[in-house]
Amino acid sequence: MQKTIITVVGRDTVGIIAKVCTYLAGNEINILDISQTIVDGFFNMMMITDTSKSSKSITEIRHELHQIGEEIGVSIHTQHEDIFEMMHRI
Amino acid sequence: MITRIEVNETNKMIEHENLDVRTITLGISLLDCMSGDLKTLCANIRSKILKEAENLVPTGREIESLYGIPIVNKRISVTPIALVGGAACRCPEDFVEIAKTLDECAKTVHVNFIGGYSALVSKAMTTADENLIRSIPRALALTDRVCSSVNVGSTKTGINMDAVRLMGQMIKEAARETRDRDSLGCAKLVVFCNAPDDNPFMAGAFHGVTEGNSVINVGVSGPGVVKHALEACRDADFEVLCETIKRTAFKITRVGQLVAREASERMGVPFGIVDLSLAPTPAVGDSVADILKEIGLEHPGAPGTTAALALLNDQVKKGGVMASSYVGGLSGAFIPVSEDQGMIEAVEAGALTLEKLEAMTCVCSVGLDMIAIPGSTSAETISGIIADEMALGMINQKTTAVRLIPAEGKEVGDRVEFGGLLGHAPVMAVNSFGCERFVNRKGRIPAPIHSFKN
Repeated sequence: MQKTIITVVGRDTVGIIAKVCTYLAGNEINILDISQTIVDGFFNMMMITDTSKSSKSITEIRHELHQIGEEIGVSIHTQHEDIFEMMHRI
Repeated sequence: MITRIEVNETNKMIEHENLDVRTITLGISLLDCMSGDLKTLCANIRSKILKEAENLVPTGREIESLYGIPIVNKRISVTPIALVGGAACRCPEDFVEIAKTLDECAKTVHVNFIGGYSALVSKAMTTADENLIRSIPRALALTDRVCSSVNVGSTKTGINMDAVRLMGQMIKEAARETRDRDSLGCAKLVVFCNAPDDNPFMAGAFHGVTEGNSVINVGVSGPGVVKHALEACRDADFEVLCETIKRTAFKITRVGQLVAREASERMGVPFGIVDLSLAPTPAVGDSVADILKEIGLEHPGAPGTTAALALLNDQVKKGGVMASSYVGGLSGAFIPVSEDQGMIEAVEAGALTLEKLEAMTCVCSVGLDMIAIPGSTSAETISGIIADEMALGMINQKTTAVRLIPAEGKEVGDRVEFGGLLGHAPVMAVNSFGCERFVNRKGRIPAPIHSFKN
Protein backbone atom coordinates (compact mmCIF):
# COMPACT_ATOMS: atom_id res chain seq x y z
CA MET A 1 0.00 0.00 0.00
CA GLN A 2 1.25 3.48 -0.84
CA LYS A 3 -0.68 6.00 1.20
CA THR A 4 -0.98 9.36 -0.48
CA ILE A 5 -2.68 12.36 1.08
CA ILE A 6 -4.75 14.58 -1.19
CA THR A 7 -5.89 17.94 0.14
CA VAL A 8 -8.37 20.23 -1.56
CA VAL A 9 -8.76 23.81 -0.35
CA GLY A 10 -10.72 26.67 -1.93
CA ARG A 11 -14.02 28.46 -2.38
CA ASP A 12 -16.93 26.00 -2.24
CA THR A 13 -18.66 25.13 -5.50
CA VAL A 14 -20.82 22.34 -6.94
CA GLY A 15 -19.02 19.15 -7.92
CA ILE A 16 -15.58 19.42 -6.29
CA ILE A 17 -15.71 15.96 -4.72
CA ALA A 18 -17.29 14.50 -7.86
CA LYS A 19 -14.49 15.81 -10.10
CA VAL A 20 -11.72 14.61 -7.80
CA CYS A 21 -13.31 11.21 -7.17
CA THR A 22 -13.96 10.62 -10.87
CA TYR A 23 -10.27 11.20 -11.55
CA LEU A 24 -9.24 8.87 -8.71
CA ALA A 25 -11.64 6.10 -9.85
CA GLY A 26 -10.38 6.41 -13.41
CA ASN A 27 -6.80 5.94 -12.25
CA GLU A 28 -7.31 2.98 -9.87
CA ILE A 29 -6.70 5.10 -6.78
CA ASN A 30 -8.60 3.78 -3.77
CA ILE A 31 -9.97 6.19 -1.16
CA LEU A 32 -9.31 4.95 2.38
CA ASP A 33 -10.65 7.93 4.32
CA ILE A 34 -12.28 11.27 3.62
CA SER A 35 -12.70 14.20 5.98
CA GLN A 36 -14.32 17.38 4.76
CA THR A 37 -15.61 20.63 6.16
CA ILE A 38 -16.79 24.06 5.01
CA VAL A 39 -15.88 27.16 7.02
CA ASP A 40 -17.07 30.61 5.87
CA GLY A 41 -17.70 29.32 2.34
CA PHE A 42 -14.27 27.71 2.15
CA PHE A 43 -14.10 24.09 1.22
CA ASN A 44 -11.44 22.00 2.99
CA MET A 45 -11.05 18.31 2.27
CA MET A 46 -8.45 15.71 3.07
CA MET A 47 -8.40 12.27 1.52
CA ILE A 48 -6.17 9.38 2.46
CA THR A 49 -5.74 7.26 -0.65
CA ASP A 50 -3.87 4.18 -1.78
CA THR A 51 -2.02 4.81 -5.06
CA SER A 52 -0.21 1.48 -5.23
CA LYS A 53 -2.51 0.02 -7.93
CA SER A 54 -2.39 3.09 -10.15
CA SER A 55 -0.29 2.89 -13.30
CA LYS A 56 0.68 6.54 -12.85
CA SER A 57 3.52 7.85 -10.70
CA ILE A 58 2.83 10.20 -7.82
CA THR A 59 4.44 12.98 -9.87
CA GLU A 60 1.93 12.47 -12.69
CA ILE A 61 -1.02 12.19 -10.29
CA ARG A 62 0.12 15.32 -8.51
CA HIS A 63 0.40 17.23 -11.76
CA GLU A 64 -2.97 16.10 -13.14
CA LEU A 65 -4.85 16.78 -9.90
CA HIS A 66 -3.24 20.21 -9.76
CA GLN A 67 -4.64 20.91 -13.23
CA ILE A 68 -8.12 19.72 -12.23
CA GLY A 69 -7.88 22.06 -9.24
CA GLU A 70 -7.07 24.98 -11.51
CA GLU A 71 -10.07 24.17 -13.72
CA ILE A 72 -12.51 24.27 -10.79
CA GLY A 73 -10.78 27.07 -8.90
CA VAL A 74 -9.43 25.16 -5.88
CA SER A 75 -5.95 24.24 -4.75
CA ILE A 76 -5.19 20.48 -4.77
CA HIS A 77 -2.06 19.03 -3.18
CA THR A 78 -0.88 15.45 -3.46
CA GLN A 79 1.79 14.26 -1.05
CA HIS A 80 3.21 11.00 0.25
CA GLU A 81 1.87 10.29 3.74
CA ASP A 82 5.37 10.04 5.25
CA ILE A 83 5.91 13.81 5.44
CA PHE A 84 2.97 14.11 7.83
CA GLU A 85 3.81 10.94 9.76
CA MET A 86 7.37 12.15 10.28
CA MET A 87 6.38 15.63 11.38
CA HIS A 88 3.50 14.77 13.70
CA ARG A 89 4.34 11.30 15.09
CA ILE A 90 7.37 10.23 17.09
CA MET B 1 -4.25 8.07 11.38
CA ILE B 2 -3.11 11.54 10.32
CA THR B 3 -5.74 14.22 10.91
CA ARG B 4 -6.83 17.08 8.71
CA ILE B 5 -5.52 19.60 11.23
CA GLU B 6 -2.04 18.07 11.08
CA VAL B 7 -2.04 17.98 7.30
CA ASN B 8 -3.17 21.60 7.17
CA GLU B 9 -0.50 22.64 9.66
CA THR B 10 2.27 21.09 7.55
CA ASN B 11 0.98 22.55 4.32
CA LYS B 12 0.57 25.99 5.88
CA MET B 13 4.24 25.86 6.91
CA ILE B 14 5.25 25.01 3.35
CA GLU B 15 2.95 27.44 1.53
CA HIS B 16 2.87 30.46 3.80
CA GLU B 17 5.84 30.25 6.17
CA ASN B 18 8.65 29.34 3.75
CA LEU B 19 9.31 25.86 5.15
CA ASP B 20 11.75 24.15 2.85
CA VAL B 21 14.75 21.91 2.83
CA ARG B 22 17.53 24.38 2.20
CA THR B 23 20.04 22.02 0.69
CA ILE B 24 20.88 18.45 -0.17
CA THR B 25 24.64 18.40 -0.33
CA LEU B 26 26.46 15.42 -1.81
CA GLY B 27 29.92 15.06 -0.32
CA ILE B 28 32.40 13.40 -2.66
CA SER B 29 35.91 12.27 -1.75
CA LEU B 30 38.48 13.19 -4.38
CA LEU B 31 41.37 11.50 -2.58
CA ASP B 32 41.39 8.68 -5.15
CA CYS B 33 41.73 11.21 -8.01
CA MET B 34 45.24 12.31 -7.03
CA SER B 35 47.94 12.36 -9.65
CA GLY B 36 51.31 14.05 -10.14
CA ASP B 37 50.07 15.34 -13.49
CA LEU B 38 47.63 18.25 -13.49
CA LYS B 39 45.77 17.21 -16.65
CA THR B 40 45.27 13.66 -15.38
CA LEU B 41 44.15 15.01 -12.01
CA CYS B 42 41.55 17.32 -13.60
CA ALA B 43 40.28 14.47 -15.81
CA ASN B 44 40.01 12.17 -12.77
CA ILE B 45 38.12 14.84 -10.81
CA ARG B 46 35.74 15.43 -13.72
CA SER B 47 34.90 11.77 -14.22
CA LYS B 48 34.45 11.11 -10.49
CA ILE B 49 32.14 14.08 -9.87
CA LEU B 50 30.07 13.46 -13.01
CA LYS B 51 29.64 9.80 -12.06
CA GLU B 52 28.78 10.35 -8.39
CA ALA B 53 26.57 13.43 -8.84
CA GLU B 54 24.81 12.49 -12.05
CA ASN B 55 21.51 11.74 -10.30
CA LEU B 56 21.66 14.38 -7.57
CA VAL B 57 19.46 17.05 -9.13
CA PRO B 58 16.88 14.63 -10.66
CA THR B 59 16.64 12.78 -7.32
CA GLY B 60 16.11 16.06 -5.50
CA ARG B 61 13.30 16.95 -7.88
CA GLU B 62 11.63 13.54 -7.41
CA ILE B 63 11.66 13.95 -3.65
CA GLU B 64 10.23 17.46 -3.93
CA SER B 65 7.37 16.04 -5.95
CA LEU B 66 6.79 13.06 -3.66
CA TYR B 67 6.39 15.08 -0.47
CA GLY B 68 5.38 18.45 -1.88
CA ILE B 69 8.25 20.20 -0.12
CA PRO B 70 10.68 22.52 -1.94
CA ILE B 71 14.35 21.52 -1.86
CA VAL B 72 15.91 24.87 -2.66
CA ASN B 73 19.49 23.88 -3.41
CA LYS B 74 21.29 20.79 -4.59
CA ARG B 75 25.02 21.09 -4.03
CA ILE B 76 28.31 19.26 -3.98
CA SER B 77 31.16 19.38 -1.51
CA VAL B 78 34.55 17.83 -2.23
CA THR B 79 37.75 16.95 -0.36
CA PRO B 80 39.80 20.09 0.39
CA ILE B 81 41.56 20.79 -2.89
CA ALA B 82 44.87 21.70 -1.23
CA LEU B 83 45.17 17.99 -0.33
CA VAL B 84 43.98 16.68 -3.69
CA GLY B 85 46.12 19.01 -5.79
CA GLY B 86 49.29 18.94 -3.68
CA ALA B 87 51.23 16.59 -5.96
CA ALA B 88 50.15 18.13 -9.27
CA CYS B 89 50.17 21.86 -8.56
CA ARG B 90 53.46 23.71 -8.46
CA CYS B 91 52.08 27.24 -8.26
CA PRO B 92 48.81 29.09 -7.53
CA GLU B 93 47.93 29.18 -11.26
CA ASP B 94 47.91 25.36 -11.34
CA PHE B 95 45.26 25.32 -8.60
CA VAL B 96 43.12 27.73 -10.62
CA GLU B 97 42.89 25.01 -13.30
CA ILE B 98 41.30 22.69 -10.73
CA ALA B 99 38.84 25.45 -9.77
CA LYS B 100 37.81 25.75 -13.42
CA THR B 101 37.31 21.98 -13.61
CA LEU B 102 35.09 22.06 -10.50
CA ASP B 103 33.07 24.92 -11.98
CA GLU B 104 32.48 22.99 -15.23
CA CYS B 105 31.41 19.91 -13.27
CA ALA B 106 28.94 21.96 -11.20
CA LYS B 107 27.41 23.39 -14.36
CA THR B 108 27.21 19.99 -16.05
CA VAL B 109 25.30 18.37 -13.18
CA HIS B 110 23.25 21.56 -12.56
CA VAL B 111 24.20 22.19 -8.94
CA ASN B 112 24.33 25.86 -7.97
CA PHE B 113 27.46 25.67 -5.81
CA ILE B 114 30.39 23.33 -5.33
CA GLY B 115 32.36 23.71 -2.10
CA GLY B 116 35.76 22.44 -1.08
CA TYR B 117 38.21 24.78 -2.76
CA SER B 118 39.74 24.68 0.66
CA ALA B 119 42.81 24.32 2.82
CA LEU B 120 43.01 23.09 6.41
CA VAL B 121 45.84 25.03 8.00
CA SER B 122 44.87 25.37 11.65
CA LYS B 123 48.45 24.72 12.78
CA ALA B 124 50.67 25.43 9.77
CA MET B 125 50.66 25.57 5.97
CA THR B 126 52.30 23.19 3.51
CA THR B 127 53.56 24.63 0.21
CA ALA B 128 50.42 23.27 -1.45
CA ASP B 129 48.19 24.89 1.19
CA GLU B 130 49.85 28.26 0.65
CA ASN B 131 49.65 27.96 -3.14
CA LEU B 132 45.95 27.13 -2.93
CA ILE B 133 45.27 30.05 -0.59
CA ARG B 134 47.16 32.43 -2.90
CA SER B 135 45.11 31.16 -5.85
CA ILE B 136 41.72 31.82 -4.19
CA PRO B 137 41.12 35.40 -5.43
CA ARG B 138 41.80 34.43 -9.05
CA ALA B 139 39.88 31.15 -8.78
CA LEU B 140 36.79 32.91 -7.42
CA ALA B 141 36.99 35.61 -10.08
CA LEU B 142 37.24 33.11 -12.94
CA THR B 143 34.52 30.71 -11.76
CA ASP B 144 30.81 31.14 -10.96
CA ARG B 145 29.90 28.27 -8.68
CA VAL B 146 33.07 27.38 -6.78
CA CYS B 147 33.09 28.15 -3.04
CA SER B 148 36.22 28.39 -0.98
CA SER B 149 37.02 28.03 2.71
CA VAL B 150 40.15 28.02 4.84
CA ASN B 151 40.33 26.65 8.38
CA VAL B 152 42.92 28.74 10.21
CA GLY B 153 42.43 27.64 13.80
CA SER B 154 41.01 25.06 16.19
CA THR B 155 40.65 24.47 19.91
CA LYS B 156 43.17 21.63 19.61
CA THR B 157 45.84 23.49 17.62
CA GLY B 158 45.43 27.17 18.41
CA ILE B 159 45.32 29.85 15.72
CA ASN B 160 47.68 29.94 12.75
CA MET B 161 48.33 33.67 12.67
CA ASP B 162 50.45 33.43 9.50
CA ALA B 163 47.34 32.08 7.74
CA VAL B 164 45.15 34.73 9.38
CA ARG B 165 47.48 37.45 8.06
CA LEU B 166 47.48 35.89 4.58
CA MET B 167 43.68 35.57 4.54
CA GLY B 168 43.30 39.29 5.28
CA GLN B 169 45.34 39.95 2.13
CA MET B 170 43.47 37.34 0.05
CA ILE B 171 40.05 38.75 1.03
CA LYS B 172 41.22 42.19 -0.11
CA GLU B 173 42.52 40.71 -3.35
CA ALA B 174 39.31 38.72 -3.97
CA ALA B 175 37.39 41.98 -3.53
CA ARG B 176 39.64 43.71 -6.06
CA GLU B 177 39.47 40.86 -8.57
CA THR B 178 35.65 40.98 -8.55
CA ARG B 179 35.19 44.76 -8.10
CA ASP B 180 32.99 44.89 -11.23
CA ARG B 181 30.49 42.63 -9.40
CA ASP B 182 30.40 44.42 -6.01
CA SER B 183 33.31 42.23 -4.81
CA LEU B 184 31.16 39.09 -5.16
CA GLY B 185 34.24 36.84 -4.83
CA CYS B 186 34.32 37.50 -1.08
CA ALA B 187 30.76 36.18 -0.71
CA LYS B 188 32.09 32.76 -1.76
CA LEU B 189 35.01 32.72 0.70
CA VAL B 190 34.88 31.76 4.39
CA VAL B 191 37.59 31.68 7.05
CA PHE B 192 36.90 29.12 9.78
CA CYS B 193 37.95 28.07 13.25
CA ASN B 194 36.94 24.49 14.16
CA ALA B 195 35.45 23.88 10.69
CA PRO B 196 33.16 20.82 10.66
CA ASP B 197 33.85 18.01 8.15
CA ASP B 198 30.17 17.54 7.28
CA ASN B 199 28.72 21.03 6.85
CA PRO B 200 26.19 21.03 3.98
CA PHE B 201 25.88 24.84 3.80
CA MET B 202 27.82 27.09 1.45
CA ALA B 203 30.19 28.77 1.20
CA GLY B 204 31.90 26.70 3.89
CA ALA B 205 31.00 23.15 2.82
CA PHE B 206 33.80 20.68 2.16
CA HIS B 207 34.00 16.89 2.31
CA GLY B 208 36.30 16.28 5.27
CA VAL B 209 39.10 13.73 5.26
CA THR B 210 37.31 11.78 8.00
CA GLU B 211 34.42 11.10 5.60
CA GLY B 212 33.87 8.11 3.31
CA ASN B 213 33.69 7.92 -0.46
CA SER B 214 30.45 9.87 -0.67
CA VAL B 215 27.75 11.04 1.71
CA ILE B 216 24.42 12.86 1.73
CA ASN B 217 24.12 15.75 4.18
CA VAL B 218 20.97 17.80 4.45
CA GLY B 219 20.47 21.34 5.71
CA VAL B 220 16.99 22.25 6.90
CA SER B 221 15.63 25.73 7.35
CA GLY B 222 12.41 27.36 8.52
CA PRO B 223 12.90 30.67 10.36
CA GLY B 224 9.45 31.73 9.08
CA VAL B 225 7.84 28.71 10.76
CA VAL B 226 9.46 29.48 14.13
CA LYS B 227 8.47 33.15 13.85
CA HIS B 228 4.88 32.24 13.08
CA ALA B 229 4.69 29.77 15.99
CA LEU B 230 6.00 32.47 18.35
CA GLU B 231 3.31 34.93 17.27
CA ALA B 232 0.88 32.78 19.24
CA CYS B 233 2.86 33.20 22.49
CA ARG B 234 3.69 36.89 22.47
CA ASP B 235 2.93 37.42 26.17
CA ALA B 236 3.98 33.98 27.36
CA ASP B 237 6.76 33.29 29.86
CA PHE B 238 10.17 31.83 28.94
CA GLU B 239 9.07 28.25 29.57
CA VAL B 240 6.30 28.48 26.97
CA LEU B 241 8.54 30.46 24.60
CA CYS B 242 11.31 27.87 24.74
CA GLU B 243 8.94 24.91 24.47
CA THR B 244 7.35 26.43 21.37
CA ILE B 245 10.73 26.90 19.65
CA LYS B 246 11.76 23.37 20.60
CA ARG B 247 8.59 21.76 19.28
CA THR B 248 8.76 23.72 16.06
CA ALA B 249 12.44 22.86 15.54
CA PHE B 250 11.53 19.21 16.03
CA LYS B 251 8.92 19.33 13.27
CA ILE B 252 11.20 21.17 10.85
CA THR B 253 14.05 18.75 11.44
CA ARG B 254 11.85 15.70 10.93
CA VAL B 255 11.24 16.85 7.37
CA GLY B 256 15.01 17.16 6.87
CA GLN B 257 15.51 13.66 8.24
CA LEU B 258 12.85 12.27 5.89
CA VAL B 259 14.39 13.95 2.85
CA ALA B 260 17.91 12.89 3.84
CA ARG B 261 16.88 9.25 4.28
CA GLU B 262 14.96 9.21 1.01
CA ALA B 263 17.81 10.85 -0.95
CA SER B 264 20.30 8.44 0.58
CA GLU B 265 18.20 5.39 -0.40
CA ARG B 266 17.46 6.60 -3.92
CA MET B 267 21.07 7.50 -4.69
CA GLY B 268 22.62 4.54 -2.88
CA VAL B 269 24.82 6.94 -0.94
CA PRO B 270 25.15 6.76 2.87
CA PHE B 271 23.24 9.32 4.94
CA GLY B 272 25.62 11.54 6.88
CA ILE B 273 23.92 14.18 8.97
CA VAL B 274 21.08 16.65 9.18
CA ASP B 275 22.25 20.20 9.90
CA LEU B 276 19.73 21.86 12.20
CA SER B 277 20.44 25.42 11.19
CA LEU B 278 17.78 28.10 10.93
CA ALA B 279 19.02 29.57 7.65
CA PRO B 280 17.40 32.81 6.51
CA THR B 281 17.03 34.10 2.96
CA PRO B 282 16.45 37.67 1.78
CA ALA B 283 12.77 36.76 1.17
CA VAL B 284 10.28 38.52 3.43
CA GLY B 285 9.13 36.14 6.20
CA ASP B 286 12.27 33.98 6.08
CA SER B 287 14.28 35.87 8.66
CA VAL B 288 16.09 34.98 11.89
CA ALA B 289 16.01 38.69 12.79
CA ASP B 290 12.21 38.55 12.72
CA ILE B 291 12.30 35.73 15.30
CA LEU B 292 14.44 37.90 17.58
CA LYS B 293 11.91 40.71 17.14
CA GLU B 294 9.07 38.32 17.92
CA ILE B 295 10.90 37.28 21.11
CA GLY B 296 10.73 40.93 22.15
CA LEU B 297 13.46 43.10 20.62
CA GLU B 298 12.78 46.27 18.65
CA HIS B 299 15.65 45.35 16.35
CA PRO B 300 18.49 42.80 16.51
CA GLY B 301 21.36 44.65 18.15
CA ALA B 302 19.25 46.06 20.98
CA PRO B 303 20.31 45.11 24.54
CA GLY B 304 19.07 41.57 25.16
CA THR B 305 19.93 40.39 21.63
CA THR B 306 22.72 38.03 22.69
CA ALA B 307 20.51 36.42 25.35
CA ALA B 308 17.60 36.04 22.94
CA LEU B 309 19.86 34.49 20.31
CA ALA B 310 21.43 32.14 22.87
CA LEU B 311 17.98 30.93 23.89
CA LEU B 312 16.90 30.47 20.29
CA ASN B 313 20.03 28.58 19.30
CA ASP B 314 19.84 26.24 22.27
CA GLN B 315 16.15 25.41 21.82
CA VAL B 316 16.63 24.74 18.10
CA LYS B 317 19.32 22.21 19.00
CA LYS B 318 17.26 20.60 21.76
CA GLY B 319 14.27 20.15 19.47
CA GLY B 320 16.31 19.10 16.46
CA VAL B 321 18.55 16.55 18.12
CA MET B 322 15.66 14.22 18.92
CA ALA B 323 14.23 14.55 15.42
CA SER B 324 17.26 13.18 13.58
CA SER B 325 19.37 10.06 14.01
CA TYR B 326 22.59 11.96 13.16
CA VAL B 327 23.06 15.67 13.65
CA GLY B 328 26.09 17.64 12.56
CA GLY B 329 27.38 20.48 10.43
CA LEU B 330 26.89 23.92 11.91
CA SER B 331 23.48 23.35 13.56
CA GLY B 332 22.06 26.49 15.14
CA ALA B 333 20.83 29.87 13.94
CA PHE B 334 22.60 31.70 11.14
CA ILE B 335 22.92 35.47 11.43
CA PRO B 336 24.16 36.65 8.04
CA VAL B 337 23.49 40.29 7.29
CA SER B 338 22.94 40.41 3.53
CA GLU B 339 20.87 37.21 3.46
CA ASP B 340 18.33 38.34 6.07
CA GLN B 341 16.00 41.27 5.42
CA GLY B 342 15.47 41.88 9.15
CA MET B 343 19.24 42.13 9.77
CA ILE B 344 19.61 44.55 6.87
CA GLU B 345 16.87 46.73 8.37
CA ALA B 346 18.56 46.60 11.79
CA VAL B 347 21.83 47.84 10.28
CA GLU B 348 20.04 50.57 8.35
CA ALA B 349 18.21 51.67 11.51
CA GLY B 350 21.58 51.98 13.30
CA ALA B 351 20.67 49.23 15.80
CA LEU B 352 23.26 46.67 14.77
CA THR B 353 27.03 47.17 14.71
CA LEU B 354 29.94 44.90 13.84
CA GLU B 355 30.89 44.67 17.51
CA LYS B 356 27.38 43.54 18.53
CA LEU B 357 27.41 40.97 15.73
CA GLU B 358 30.69 39.68 17.12
CA ALA B 359 29.10 39.24 20.55
CA MET B 360 26.17 37.42 18.94
CA THR B 361 28.53 34.96 17.26
CA CYS B 362 29.59 33.70 20.70
CA VAL B 363 26.20 32.04 21.06
CA CYS B 364 25.11 31.24 17.52
CA SER B 365 26.28 28.64 15.10
CA VAL B 366 28.50 30.50 12.67
CA GLY B 367 30.08 33.91 12.75
CA LEU B 368 30.51 37.27 11.07
CA ASP B 369 28.65 36.36 7.94
CA MET B 370 27.99 38.27 4.72
CA ILE B 371 28.94 41.64 6.14
CA ALA B 372 29.93 44.41 3.75
CA ILE B 373 32.64 46.76 5.06
CA PRO B 374 34.30 49.77 3.39
CA GLY B 375 36.62 48.96 0.50
CA SER B 376 39.26 51.14 2.15
CA THR B 377 39.57 48.72 5.12
CA SER B 378 43.17 47.50 5.32
CA ALA B 379 44.19 43.83 5.04
CA GLU B 380 45.62 44.06 8.59
CA THR B 381 42.29 45.26 10.00
CA ILE B 382 40.49 42.37 8.26
CA SER B 383 43.06 39.97 9.73
CA GLY B 384 42.45 41.54 13.15
CA ILE B 385 38.71 40.93 12.82
CA ILE B 386 39.39 37.33 11.70
CA ALA B 387 41.75 36.77 14.66
CA ASP B 388 39.07 37.99 17.11
CA GLU B 389 36.45 35.71 15.63
CA MET B 390 38.81 32.72 15.55
CA ALA B 391 39.66 33.34 19.23
CA LEU B 392 35.95 33.11 20.11
CA GLY B 393 35.76 29.75 18.38
CA MET B 394 38.99 28.42 19.83
CA ILE B 395 38.21 29.35 23.43
CA ASN B 396 34.54 28.35 23.31
CA GLN B 397 35.21 25.06 21.48
CA LYS B 398 32.76 25.94 18.72
CA THR B 399 32.80 26.67 15.03
CA THR B 400 33.21 30.32 14.12
CA ALA B 401 33.64 31.85 10.70
CA VAL B 402 34.25 35.12 8.91
CA ARG B 403 32.78 36.06 5.53
CA LEU B 404 33.48 39.77 5.07
CA ILE B 405 33.11 41.77 1.88
CA PRO B 406 35.42 44.80 1.75
CA ALA B 407 33.46 46.25 -1.17
CA GLU B 408 35.83 48.01 -3.55
CA GLY B 409 35.01 51.69 -4.00
CA LYS B 410 32.21 51.66 -1.39
CA GLU B 411 31.98 53.51 1.90
CA VAL B 412 29.71 53.37 4.97
CA GLY B 413 26.13 54.09 3.89
CA ASP B 414 26.59 52.60 0.39
CA ARG B 415 25.03 49.28 -0.59
CA VAL B 416 26.32 46.14 -2.28
CA GLU B 417 24.01 43.99 -4.41
CA PHE B 418 24.67 40.30 -5.02
CA GLY B 419 21.17 39.21 -5.97
CA GLY B 420 19.49 35.86 -5.38
CA LEU B 421 20.13 34.00 -2.15
CA LEU B 422 23.19 36.15 -1.37
CA GLY B 423 21.01 39.28 -1.12
CA HIS B 424 22.20 42.84 -0.61
CA ALA B 425 23.95 44.58 2.26
CA PRO B 426 24.55 48.06 3.63
CA VAL B 427 28.26 48.81 4.11
CA MET B 428 28.99 48.78 7.86
CA ALA B 429 31.50 50.82 9.83
CA VAL B 430 34.71 49.18 11.06
CA ASN B 431 36.74 50.29 14.09
CA SER B 432 39.49 52.40 12.52
CA PHE B 433 42.19 51.99 15.17
CA GLY B 434 45.26 50.04 14.05
CA CYS B 435 46.31 46.45 14.83
CA GLU B 436 49.23 46.11 12.38
CA ARG B 437 51.90 45.31 14.96
CA PHE B 438 49.73 42.53 16.44
CA VAL B 439 48.76 41.01 13.09
CA ASN B 440 52.29 41.16 11.69
CA ARG B 441 53.77 38.97 14.44
CA LYS B 442 54.83 35.61 12.97
CA GLY B 443 53.77 32.15 14.10
CA ARG B 444 50.72 30.86 15.92
CA ILE B 445 48.68 31.44 19.05
CA PRO B 446 48.99 28.32 21.24
CA ALA B 447 46.03 26.05 21.94
CA PRO B 448 44.07 27.01 25.07
CA ILE B 449 44.59 25.21 28.36
CA HIS B 450 41.22 23.42 28.22
CA SER B 451 42.20 21.68 24.99
CA PHE B 452 44.44 19.32 26.99
CA LYS B 453 41.90 16.75 28.03
CA ASN B 454 43.95 13.60 27.55
